[in-house]
Amino acid sequence: METGIVSYGAYVPRYRIKPEEIGRIWGVDGKAMGRGLMINQKSVPSPDEDVVTIATAAARDMMARVPDVDPQDIGALYVGSESLPYAVKPTATVVAEAIRATPNLTAADLEFACKAGTAGIQMCLGLVGAGMVKYGVAIGADTSQSAPGDALEYSASAGGAAYLIGSERIIARVNRTLSFSTDTPDFWRREGQMYPVHGGRFTGEPAYFRHVSSAAKRLMADRGTKPEDYTYAVFHQPNGKFPTRMAKQLGFTPEQIAYGLLTPEIGNTYSGAVPLGLAHVLDHAKPGDRILVVSYGSGAGSDAFDITVTDEIAGYRRANAPVLDQILAHTVDIDYGTYAKFKGSIALPEE
Amino acid sequence: MAMVVAREWREIPGRYNLEGTRCGCCGKIFFPSRAFCPHCRRQSIGKMEPFPLKPTGEVYSFSIVHQSDGFNRRMLPYAVVFVKNDDSIMLAGQLVDVDLPTVKIGMRVRAVLRKLDEDGKAGIIHYAFKFVPAE
Repeated sequence: METGIVSYGAYVPRYRIKPEEIGRIWGVDGKAMGRGLMINQKSVPSPDEDVVTIATAAARDMMARVPDVDPQDIGALYVGSESLPYAVKPTATVVAEAIRATPNLTAADLEFACKAGTAGIQMCLGLVGAGMVKYGVAIGADTSQSAPGDALEYSASAGGAAYLIGSERIIARVNRTLSFSTDTPDFWRREGQMYPVHGGRFTGEPAYFRHVSSAAKRLMADRGTKPEDYTYAVFHQPNGKFPTRMAKQLGFTPEQIAYGLLTPEIGNTYSGAVPLGLAHVLDHAKPGDRILVVSYGSGAGSDAFDITVTDEIAGYRRANAPVLDQILAHTVDIDYGTYAKFKGSIALPEE
Repeated sequence: MAMVVAREWREIPGRYNLEGTRCGCCGKIFFPSRAFCPHCRRQSIGKMEPFPLKPTGEVYSFSIVHQSDGFNRRMLPYAVVFVKNDDSIMLAGQLVDVDLPTVKIGMRVRAVLRKLDEDGKAGIIHYAFKFVPAE
């Protein structure tokens, strides 16, 4: 049975802050920091936005593009995130309710640092392929946390994308997916702690680069493909620098990764990063385009996907919801004070 | 506390998806939903049907709020609006993600799901519809 993407939706909050503004507060050359990370600005959620609202916005746009799909035919819904609004109480059920998919479905929240969204896609592919559900929804979304003044603060942002996985009328067929996972402690957040901790340079070679390249190479060996066989590639993007270097090492050109690389303009949306990059590629994709997708989650693992865009995309009602180029066109720059207020870093008196 | 959670739960269809009710006798639409039509009275009992309202409409009237406490302090100043939706039902809510000087009567808006409030740091988070400009 062929399985793949039936529809997708994406959402990024409209507020932006620039590295030089963050650096101004902490006495750091923010412009140089941004240049080093290849980040021009990052998205910031409004005080009334969180993973529930971001995931819902993406999921509603996903459903708007397939008006013939009955939400009651969704048999599974997973939200992958590391900034869930509740420690205990699922986000997935709120989203399921908001797209009228309740009550006959399984739902759960997933966590694997930045790759829980793609883990959800794999789970849905399995459930659909096994004939257990007609459609599955996988969402990757985050309002990423970072300690004030830490290097992460220049990149950690907010956004997400939702995928409807099925076996009928698929706009992008998933030819194969596989993963590469090890116990590598490069980034973590303990229970009850507000901010994550990372291993600095250790997050590079033994963590990001080893996992992403291993998953990509294993997938291409399995499929008998080379980088030039792909129209586009999307790699996890904690900053602009890592995926650009990864692409070069693997033999992909800057043109192949251009659409899939959003971090320079929106920052690192953690679980939303690869799902958003793929959404931007699908916004521009044509029948026959082949896409390599490799996510990365600290701790650590990578999920790789070999995807072929089908003829169905020609009749797909993409215009029923805004594409990312439209979503990213309307931004509002904020200063660090507003950012701190929005993030809740300024303690207000208890009401 | 238990009452608050139970009420929150009862109102979910309206808060998330603008689900109201329509009277099976006279066809009038109500939002928030009603168990009983005030026009058809006892004839309407058992005939009220769920009716999802259209999430689009236009601003009928608005005001800018400059003082608030609790959750909305971080949203100040913000717009509250009456929206006449495309079923001609009047809805009250916040208009967000908007440059306040551009808010005007007649502007097209659409409903989205946002955080409305939260019961302190340990309590429930209230999600509900708000409006954003419709491009």
